[in-house]
Amino acid sequence: MHELSIVMGIIDIAKKELKRAELSKIETIELEIGTLSGVEFEAFDFAWKIAVNDTVLEKAECNINRIEAKAKCVSCGHIFKTSSVFDQCPKCNELFSEILSGKELRVKSLTAS
Amino acid sequence: MCTTCGCGSTDRILISKPPQINVDEVSLKHDHHHTDETGHHHHHDHDHEHHHSHEKTVLDIEQDILQNNNLLAERNRGYFEAKNIFTINLVSSPGSGKTSLLERTLKDLKSEINFSVIEGDQQTFNDANRIQAIKIPVVQINTGQACHLDSDMINKAVKELKPPDNSILFIENVGNLVCPSLFDLGENKRVVVISVTEGDDKPIKYPDMFLSSDICIINKIDLLPYVNFSVDKAKEYAMRVNHHLEFFEVSVTSGEGMDKWYDWLKKQVKR
Repeated sequence: MHELSIVMGIIDIAKKELKRAELSKIETIELEIGTLSGVEFEAFDFAWKIAVNDTVLEKAECNINRIEAKAKCVSCGHIFKTSSVFDQCPKCNELFSEILSGKELRVKSLTAS
Repeated sequence: MCTTCGCGSTDRILISKPPQINVDEVSLKHDHHHTDETGHHHHHDHDHEHHHSHEKTVLDIEQDILQNNNLLAERNRGYFEAKNIFTINLVSSPGSGKTSLLERTLKDLKSEINFSVIEGDQQTFNDANRIQAIKIPVVQINTGQACHLDSDMINKAVKELKPPDNSILFIENVGNLVCPSLFDLGENKRVVVISVTEGDDKPIKYPDMFLSSDICIINKIDLLPYVNFSVDKAKEYAMRVNHHLEFFEVSVTSGEGMDKWYDWLKKQVKR
């Protein structure tokens, strides 16, 4: 259940940025989470609901931008969408690839007033 | 609420209410009375006009959510580097033999290498007691309900432990093949341990841990004749996840294969 640690990290970032901008209310928060980031989206939603109570994010709308994972084949260089860290290259069947995206775990922006 | 797992423990509260001033409810009209030094009284009423911008501001953050953990991990790493402490983060599922591997390694090499150990478990001092029995400096972190160690816990534990210069520090993480993979502790190498009494498809069932590790130790190979575990298959699966992995096949009980692991360790501390 490391998703809760992640939500707590988001709350910390939001709190700091809101203070820095001298604003008082967060309307929306924009997140980028890759499909290979190790975050279970259901567990994340559950953690979010309990963790944001009594924080700057309590009333905020949370928009999650899911980033699809892409890998690059080490043999032929083909870039392909992948659902795991070990998908075979669809072009040459090579087993080894390097992950290019999908590991993201980022707070992209806040809309505040 | 605890920040790590959401348990009821209050000793790590990071949730706090920000100071909220509700501007709209503060009356803009007010009365005030002054008394000047001459004793002259005056009284006036007035309206203030305030201009607030009620426009929404978009703040571009672009910040990694684990940034705090990663920053502190880098600080730990810098400390280890300066003192030439080679740090190993030992991860595995519970029961793969992490503590036994550690015990045997420490016993066999303690005359050649200076060691210290940080033990991570949810509860008990059992593991730390086992290490202390071999007279190796050890600190136990009990994470309570938490499922992983983080760089802040290590930062605090290191201050308590004060590992010697030119040594190897073992961090035995909480037995869990999922959560610890996300948390950099500042280690030099992450070592994942699997044992042949587990399924040989563990690497593709829990790919994140194998992806983030540098070394994979396959333990309990003395039991291979009795179990349905293919070392080749396990390695192949692990390589599919992370083809940079280096393997050691060992039996902590019989001592088979331990010499290669020891050679590797000796090389690290010489660097």
